[in-house]
Amino acid sequence: MTNYFDELMKDYRFREGFHTCINCGTCTAICPAAEFYCYDPRKIVTTVETRDDEKIEALLKSDTIWYCGECMSCVTRCPRKNGPGLVIMALRDLSIRTGFFTESEKGRQILPLTHALTGNILNYGYCVYPETFKWDDHKESGPVFKWHLEHIEQTMKRLGANYKGKGPGVLRKIPQESLDEIKAIFDVTGGTERIKQVEAASKKKAKEMGLTDEEYERRAFEYCSDKHFNK
Amino acid sequence: MIYEGKQKIWSDYQKEIPDDHWYYVRSCIRQNFFPASERMFTEITQKVLGKDVYETPYHTTCGGIAYHCDTIPQETVMTIVARQFALMTEAGYENYCPSCITSFGNYAETLETWREFPELEAKIRENLWKACKREFNKPKYLAHSSDLIYHWREEIRKRAKHLLINQETGEPLRIVEHIGCHYSKMFPHKGVGGAEYPYVLAGMVESWGGQVIDYPERRHCCGYGFRQYHAKANRGYSLSNTHKKFESMEPYKPDAIITNCPGCPYFLDRWQYVIAEQTGKTYGENGYGIPVFTYEEIAGLVLGYDPWDLGLQLHQVAVEPLLKKMGVEYDPKAKYLGLNKEDLMRPEMPNSIKCC
Ligand code: SF4
Ligand code: SF4
Repeated sequence: MTNYFDELMKDYRFREGFHTCINCGTCTAICPAAEFYCYDPRKIVTTVETRDDEKIEALLKSDTIWYCGECMSCVTRCPRKNGPGLVIMALRDLSIRTGFFTESEKGRQILPLTHALTGNILNYGYCVYPETFKWDDHKESGPVFKWHLEHIEQTMKRLGANYKGKGPGVLRKIPQESLDEIKAIFDVTGGTERIKQVEAASKKKAKEMGLTDEEYERRAFEYCSDKHFNK
Repeated sequence: MIYEGKQKIWSDYQKEIPDDHWYYVRSCIRQNFFPASERMFTEITQKVLGKDVYETPYHTTCGGIAYHCDTIPQETVMTIVARQFALMTEAGYENYCPSCITSFGNYAETLETWREFPELEAKIRENLWKACKREFNKPKYLAHSSDLIYHWREEIRKRAKHLLINQETGEPLRIVEHIGCHYSKMFPHKGVGGAEYPYVLAGMVESWGGQVIDYPERRHCCGYGFRQYHAKANRGYSLSNTHKKFESMEPYKPDAIITNCPGCPYFLDRWQYVIAEQTGKTYGENGYGIPVFTYEEIAGLVLGYDPWDLGLQLHQVAVEPLLKKMGVEYDPKAKYLGLNKEDLMRPEMPNSIKCC
């Protein structure tokens, strides 16, 4: 796969979000990621516009494409109806498919993210689930949430939830036949294949870095070097 | 002149919201962090307003968070969406109401993309048939659950026990409204009032007696950023953007914040706690934070529900300052009790931000 621009053009999000950029910088001015990281969505659009495979490959291997928060604020404001956020989504997808995501610190986070989110979806039918929301990794959720998680059966009951219960309601147990359908959807649409791809590329990279799989995943989840920030 | 321009933009984004018969799907984040808000939604719509709002236990996540963390392909998320539509079709509904803003954006994106690229819709129909042997109709109407509360805001006002009015001064309470980015930033015509002047929450605040505050960073993202929160290494992004909003709204002295997105109330609440613990800075009066609410919580207070039935004990920023201003009666001793007054101890108190 060398013609990256053609690959990007196959992505519907790219086709929606990529038009001629007039370099006005509006997207960068309102971007929450540009506020925080050394990041400029305008430059991403203009780099892709060059159709230069070398430059696009460098993007796919970079931390840069992982700085965006996909808030889509840029979509509203671009005078040319570009969506730098949508372009980013297509670049990320391509970075994962090519395995280039393991070349950057922020890209490597795809492994723990994949495990957390697809794990919750396939096991419970939710993107976020109390049993996998570990307070030690979420101290920002505050002492009140620690208390809530420690008494979850009772607090959920108190608030009228149907936690792990049958029938409809808040945090009900999603029936196994529904979870089986979600698994079948993953199998048919490339979701399962995607998980395997991410795991295989990450395993290879872990070896290269001299880390065990667990060390690699933990490091990807929590390590942050100081090279990313606006000074 | 400018005002007329605004009126024009506003009238461009009026959205048709049918008055009854809604198929309701839940939000992953809200069920975890604001479980009572969703319970209140069905309580208010079904019991108080007598509307037909239907839910099936077989629906699942829409996959939106996994999609925006770039962990599942677009075809996967669209086929999950298609399955949700199939369940709606089988239940005999055509008005679709998600409780989540990420979902709302996900459904809107799916429908718009299919409209533009019909071959993709055909592919997804094929995927769904292969995986689940299901077929679907697309919803005739798509409305977020905050659109419905907005639509019924005057019905709620008629039944109000409390208003967003300071009981001591008689002045309207000053409310910041924060709209989730995916409500209308991608598809302005899908939201009440569009992307620049969204009216969905402002309309509720005005109907219920409050005054909406305009401030420079009103439309700035709360900082969720999907991977920017779910990967621990990135959370400074989320915190910094919330911080930017609070610094911007502080001079306007808000009494409370109302939100319509699952993540926003969590981040605006919890990052206030973190900012206070890290720097000692608090944004409310007398060492308290600015309390942050979902629209169902505010609707519930207006309708006279007990704050602890609304789940306000799960907030980290104390809600009591607003309860006092509104004249809501509450039992402080009952705050952390379980069902049938079961003793569940109580959470530890933070060091810097005042809590009750
Ligand atoms: S979608 Fe990404 S690039 Fe666009 S404004 Fe949001 S963070 Fe910035
Ligand atoms: S707002 Fe649009 S036109 Fe302006 S720099 Fe960004 S992508 Fe280019």
